[in-house]
Amino acid sequence: MTTTTSTTTTTLTLNESWLSRRNAFDWVFALLVLAGGLFAFVRYAHAMDVYEKVILLGTMPAAIWLGWFWRPLAVLGLVVAGASLLGIASYQGDLGRADTVFWLKYFLSSQSAILWMSVLFFMSTVFYWLGFFGGSQSDALEALGSRIAWTAVALALTGTMVRWYESHLLGPDIGHIPVSNLYEVFVLFCWITTLFYLYYESRYGTRTLGAFVMLVVSAAVGFLLWYTLVRDAHQIQPLVPALQSWWMKLHVPANFIGYGTFALSAMVAFAYLIKQQAGETRWYRLTPIWLLGVALCFVPVAFRQRAQEAGGSYWVVYAAISALIAAGILLGRKRIAARLPAPQVLDDVMYKAIAVGFAFFTIATVLGALWAADAWGGYWSWDPKETWALIVWLNYAAWLHMRLVKGLRGTVAAWWALAGLAVTTFAFLGVNMFLSGLHSYGTL
Amino acid sequence: MSVSTHGLRVHRGPHAWRVAVELFSSMRFAIALLTVICIASIIGTVLKQGEPGANYVNQFGPFWSQVFRAAQLDSVYSAWWFLLILLFLVVSTSLCIWRNTPHIVRELRTVKEDIRVNSLRAFSQRAETTLQGEAPEAAARRIGQLLAGGGWKVKLQQRELAEGAAGWMVAARAGGAHKLGYLAAHSAIVLVCLGGLFDGDLVVRAQTWLNGKSVYQGGGLIADVPPQHRLSPANPTFRGNILVPEGQQASVAILNQSDGVLLQELPFSIELKKFIVDYYSTGMPKLFASEVVLHDRETGEQVPARIEVNHPASYKGVEIYQSSFDDGGSSVKLKAVPMGAAAKPFEIEGTIGSSARITNGSDALTLEFTALRVINVENFGSPQGGSAVDVRKVDLRQQLESRLGAAHKSGQEKELRNIGPSIGYKLRDAAGQAREFQNYMVPVDTGDGVPVYLLGVRERPEEPFRYLRVPADDQGSMDGFIRMRAALADGALRGKAVDQYIARVADSKRPELAEQLRVSATRALALFAGSERARADATSQGGWQAIAEFMEANVPEGERERAGSVLVRILNDVLFEVLNLSRQQAGLAPLPADEKSQTFLTQAVLAISDAYFYPAPVAMMLEDFKQVQASVFQVARAPGKNIVYLGCLLLIIGIFAMLYVRERRLWVWLAPAAAQPGASSATMAMSVNRKNLDNDREFEQLERKLLAIHKESAP
Repeated sequence: MTTTTSTTTTTLTLNESWLSRRNAFDWVFALLVLAGGLFAFVRYAHAMDVYEKVILLGTMPAAIWLGWFWRPLAVLGLVVAGASLLGIASYQGDLGRADTVFWLKYFLSSQSAILWMSVLFFMSTVFYWLGFFGGSQSDALEALGSRIAWTAVALALTGTMVRWYESHLLGPDIGHIPVSNLYEVFVLFCWITTLFYLYYESRYGTRTLGAFVMLVVSAAVGFLLWYTLVRDAHQIQPLVPALQSWWMKLHVPANFIGYGTFALSAMVAFAYLIKQQAGETRWYRLTPIWLLGVALCFVPVAFRQRAQEAGGSYWVVYAAISALIAAGILLGRKRIAARLPAPQVLDDVMYKAIAVGFAFFTIATVLGALWAADAWGGYWSWDPKETWALIVWLNYAAWLHMRLVKGLRGTVAAWWALAGLAVTTFAFLGVNMFLSGLHSYGTL
Repeated sequence: MSVSTHGLRVHRGPHAWRVAVELFSSMRFAIALLTVICIASIIGTVLKQGEPGANYVNQFGPFWSQVFRAAQLDSVYSAWWFLLILLFLVVSTSLCIWRNTPHIVRELRTVKEDIRVNSLRAFSQRAETTLQGEAPEAAARRIGQLLAGGGWKVKLQQRELAEGAAGWMVAARAGGAHKLGYLAAHSAIVLVCLGGLFDGDLVVRAQTWLNGKSVYQGGGLIADVPPQHRLSPANPTFRGNILVPEGQQASVAILNQSDGVLLQELPFSIELKKFIVDYYSTGMPKLFASEVVLHDRETGEQVPARIEVNHPASYKGVEIYQSSFDDGGSSVKLKAVPMGAAAKPFEIEGTIGSSARITNGSDALTLEFTALRVINVENFGSPQGGSAVDVRKVDLRQQLESRLGAAHKSGQEKELRNIGPSIGYKLRDAAGQAREFQNYMVPVDTGDGVPVYLLGVRERPEEPFRYLRVPADDQGSMDGFIRMRAALADGALRGKAVDQYIARVADSKRPELAEQLRVSATRALALFAGSERARADATSQGGWQAIAEFMEANVPEGERERAGSVLVRILNDVLFEVLNLSRQQAGLAPLPADEKSQTFLTQAVLAISDAYFYPAPVAMMLEDFKQVQASVFQVARAPGKNIVYLGCLLLIIGIFAMLYVRERRLWVWLAPAAAQPGASSATMAMSVNRKNLDNDREFEQLERKLLAIHKESAP
């Protein structure tokens, strides 16, 4: 260490090169990705147009980069690939086997995997919350929550992959990537949000935020279950002509990276506000919790026109659970705040999430414009969904401006991020429910 | 703070001018504009855009609809004030770039090696140490090289110190892309707005102001529209629609304006060879495609092309998109089936979109042929998922099982069937009131046991169709029903039917009972046929409702149920005689008294009863048709597109650069250590344009690598 001769000077570099940090696992992963990708390319090239080929080829380096960037992703990728291939192999080209083969029926077929995912996301949320009140066991409980969340993500991805295959089994003209309707994108939302959270969890070394982030994921899962059980929305539907485009493979996931990270940042902002107001005894200063409670209880109102149909009671239960959670947070706020990381860390996670979300939301909106130019004849037609995407974009652009230029942070930034969730949710769901337009694929 | 948010400060001109320039180029002004754009956009999504004025009056009343029109809230996105705000945004952002560019360029050139040593102590990220056995110059060269190898821009400066010794200042800068990102993202906003404004309808509107063009408000044929409403093929930017029927050509697009239309001449004409629409088995559309030939109007060149959704064609800078489809004037042959007693059957031919007058003595109706649909896929699945399921049963296991497995199953099974062509038409009376009808060409088995013709009717477009279900007879036609209706209207035939009925069922030994039965049967049949009113103020004209009204008026409540069932049975039997008499008249064999005949009778009787509510004297049945489809294309010339796309690219690059590249400046001051010859004392400081936790990490790494300082917290 103390040698300062010129020989060491020349060999030392400021940043180790990226490739030199690769270990054997990284290279094995890269090889597997390349092998799998090229196999798919050779085998299915005849069924793809040139853009789809480019996307497939581009996916390979992207997957390798992601796996190298954060190794757990590589493990996840391999597990999902293995499970999906097992599922696909078990089908042997016959959809009916989903009801007869044990593995398919209870684990690997898309619906089973997604139902398991739902259960695991709920369990993960519970364990994360138990972490706040678990005393000496807190760390173990949170670690368990984290592992369950990983498993849920793996199942969500497996379910998605198998669903993709199932759609092709339904008919050669029906097969498509499962990001085409509200049901499918809700699954996408759940795993993307969780995955981003898990990344920040490992990067900042704190698991306490999981309780908050998994709340929003659980809410999404709650909606997903209602959508499946009451609305039967899980059936694979063929694509209308406007959706038959390779743009969908890029536009939708990019959008949901945005939605997911915006939701994540809002939940971190919520944690920030709890931390700040932990010592508060005046009830009117506890507004964020009150607001959350009120907002959650109002969700059923949005669905009230459908209250007559079966499943109306579903939303009553939903509201009751939300009220219980809000009350729980209210009662345990001191203990929760004590376990939450420092405000600077919360602030940093909030910023990071919004930054990545904003960047991808920009890409998604631009891709959407390019697609619209092909499908609807104009890159911008002030469709309600487009307009609301613009509003969401402007909202976060203003947030980032205020933070980066004016140094805005703390309570105001947190409130703003929380309000951002309301805007995002309206753009995501509200537009589909209350406004009509060209983006009618996700109607409720 | 590296980028200023204040406005541009000009030093010349009057005070007001200077204030205005400062305001326009400040960030607060831009943010205020964006807020207004946000609010206006929200209004635009909530308030339906581009509807006819009457709709707003209906929805909001005359006062507010006036206000909305005055503020152009019915077309927010092309309102003058909205465009003006966009223009201001362009100006403001341009000024912002103009103001900051020189500053950024200056910053990019320098590493600020002339910084005073004392000012390093003011930085929050600062480290001091003594480098053992390394003279300042050697240390400076080592550090400089390391930094340069790590992508920093480095300068070394030797400074003379008091005692003839020399100190070395290493100044370095990294992450200059951040500032370039700022420029890229902000110029992107300008480019996108300018491109968008150019592609909007500003150019078209300018032609109405400057070029003597005016909006056309009349109707009629396109060819008859005078030239002042036509825009030249050289028009640089437009967006319009064009309808081309199969086998025909069109070369004039229609640009919808808020108060009328403008016609856009295209440099080519589009000939539609064939319009293809393809469906999935669920009835969802799978493919819309048009096979066209583009005829160049100058050179006469012919270019074949296929236009699909998501696959537009492009010719001479004009993009052609598949936008929708319509009827291109299909010809249909309809047969009028009498629904009122006075009507007579007749046949009529017409084309979709045209109208005809039909008269029936006193009243005349206008028949408008509105839609021919060749394929109608409907869901015949039972909503409860099987008739034998007890709906009270909470079968969680079955609920769950039906949702496990592959995603092709559903709890509610659907049965989708194509039920064949249908004709949609309107009947408009002398007062201008219209009712809509939709009749299916072939009978459909909807689960009644006998195929039925569906005759739909609705009063208003927002209502669903209500269907009269007319059973098909053993020949599969509506004639059986029509004959029976006619027979029922015939008093003599009714009497004959009652006679036959009495002869069949009455006990010849008890004539007084037979007489009683005859009276009841005659009465019931007359009521049903509508020839006798149930009571003086009866609302019904016949059918089961007349029977019900009669019972209400004449039978005490306690006995109604029993008397009713007797009456229904009698009536059913008599109506069966009517049915067979009507067949006999037409020279057909009578129907046997079996279950099949009974099903037909039940349906026919129901249909006759319901037909009293049918609001038209005739139902028009589709006899024959020849479908001609038309394709609706959107044609657009949008040269601003490329500018917008360039802007989008810059925007993405700029945002990534701004968010993920941190601009850092680093200084290391190396002076001979006071007490130890050969060693140097090092002071390192870093400034970053934004504060976050990454900076602390990086600074710790630099301390370790450059100055060999090891913090305990470092991983």
